[in-house]
Amino acid sequence: MDVLELCDIYYAATGREILAGLSLSIRAGEVHALLGTNGTGKSTLASMIMGCHGYQPASGEIFFDGTLINNLKIHERARLGLCMAWQEPARFEGLRVRDYLKLGAVAEEPESALQLVGLEPFRYLDRMVDRSLSGGERKRIELASVLALRPKLAILDEPDSGIDMLSTDDIIRVLDRLRSGGSAVLLITHRDEICAAADRASQICGGRIVSTGRPDEIAAAFKNRKCISCDGEVCNDDRI
Amino acid sequence: MTEYDELMTALGAAGGDRAILDDPATAHIVVVGKQVVSSRSLPGLEVEADSTEDGVRVKIRLREGIQLALPVHTCFGVVHREGEQQIKIEVVLERNSSARFIAHCLFPNAERVRHVMDAAIEIGAGASMWYQERHFHGPHGGIEVIPRAAVRIGKGGRYTSDFTLTDGRVGSLDIDYDVEADEDAVVELTARVFGHGSDEIRIRERVVLDGENSRGIIKTRIAVEDDAMAEVTGITEGNAAGARGHVDCMEIIRDRAVAKAIPIVSVTHPQAKVTHEAAIGSVDKHQLETLMAHGLAPEEAVDVIVKGMLG
Repeated sequence: MDVLELCDIYYAATGREILAGLSLSIRAGEVHALLGTNGTGKSTLASMIMGCHGYQPASGEIFFDGTLINNLKIHERARLGLCMAWQEPARFEGLRVRDYLKLGAVAEEPESALQLVGLEPFRYLDRMVDRSLSGGERKRIELASVLALRPKLAILDEPDSGIDMLSTDDIIRVLDRLRSGGSAVLLITHRDEICAAADRASQICGGRIVSTGRPDEIAAAFKNRKCISCDGEVCNDDRI
Repeated sequence: MTEYDELMTALGAAGGDRAILDDPATAHIVVVGKQVVSSRSLPGLEVEADSTEDGVRVKIRLREGIQLALPVHTCFGVVHREGEQQIKIEVVLERNSSARFIAHCLFPNAERVRHVMDAAIEIGAGASMWYQERHFHGPHGGIEVIPRAAVRIGKGGRYTSDFTLTDGRVGSLDIDYDVEADEDAVVELTARVFGHGSDEIRIRERVVLDGENSRGIIKTRIAVEDDAMAEVTGITEGNAAGARGHVDCMEIIRDRAVAKAIPIVSVTHPQAKVTHEAAIGSVDKHQLETLMAHGLAPEEAVDVIVKGMLG
């Protein structure tokens, strides 16, 4: 059964078409990697699924767990079981890590969630989720919050990006934990080795999904740069 | 119920503990209206207070080298709906002494109350003063609070001030603090205020870094909603080699509220450096959406953000 179904999504911003007839299905409990070069609409798609302001599709339908969610707000989608770890997580003055990890949490305790992302609880629980954290620390805490929520679908937008990069092992450990807990994951990444940890993968180019299949095959196609500069013209061709 | 009991009830409602005033190891002064109700000195710490026509005059002196383990509590309040209270306070911390002060300013029933505080604070070389001011103005907003302070910090001294007014109404608040820092001195001024209704918040804080390697930060966190207004002026002057200053102002507005931030930085020595940052606006969209993605409704998310910012 599909936990997420995107049907023929169109979206444009500042006069440029970003998503053009995109369709994608994520199965319940699967880790689904999404690969694509910069500017192909990956983060736009993530924001649209989560329901962020300004990312309403011009046309097309988004079904989550069988429910049409196009008109639902972020928190309404979250309460259905959607959550997202942003590529650049927000920072909060005066909000302790301990309290942040309890917001909406139903699964992991803050201590165990931190341990799972490689942070020592006694060092981090009473720190603030503010600018005092490095980029890498903040991204780990964001992943810990996703673990604490145990959603039906977690959108992880480039958890491997950033100057203070998370290790492949850390991310795979998070993916395994989510999978074993029954969560599906939409994993946006550029890295082959992260993609390899997925159950399936899709490649996005020119605003639409051009191929879906085994992660190694999709990663190989992506690595061969068949679509790196085609702007969709080649990838949308039937030869791919 | 006596006025004192009424003030103590307000102290409890504002999160304070009246039992602390009975502790013989803790210095304090309690002023209700224009009456000095209670005060306690300690060895090395003199607390004097006299009633005047308009209010009270307080003198506090901490002797050289004395380092108080427990904070000094000052409790000023008006329990009637109308009234005026003027506090003139002189604080001297002699060389290498240190103390914490917790000021409770309580006006639980204020409908037409005016509270003016004029403070002159002298911090000696190597001395350290931490001053925490907690206000509770009740639900009516009928109060005018005018705190004025002139602070001088000697060589290697430190002054840390933390002003908080985040529960109940503000009324009209007009803070004006001036701090002068000598060589190697450190000053940290923090103010957190949440305005509602027709509250008016004016904060002017000036830090003058006259000494070599002196350092200062002015940090202001304001939230205003309904028809409230806030105007924050943070002034830092760097006048000596190695002086470092920073002005950091953040204001969140909602509804019809209006906020203004005026950072003024001035440097007269080529080896001094002063920076500033100011952010005013509605709640940050990315923060809001992040919390909503945890299932919080928009109003719940705003509450978390504002409470966090106000500490």
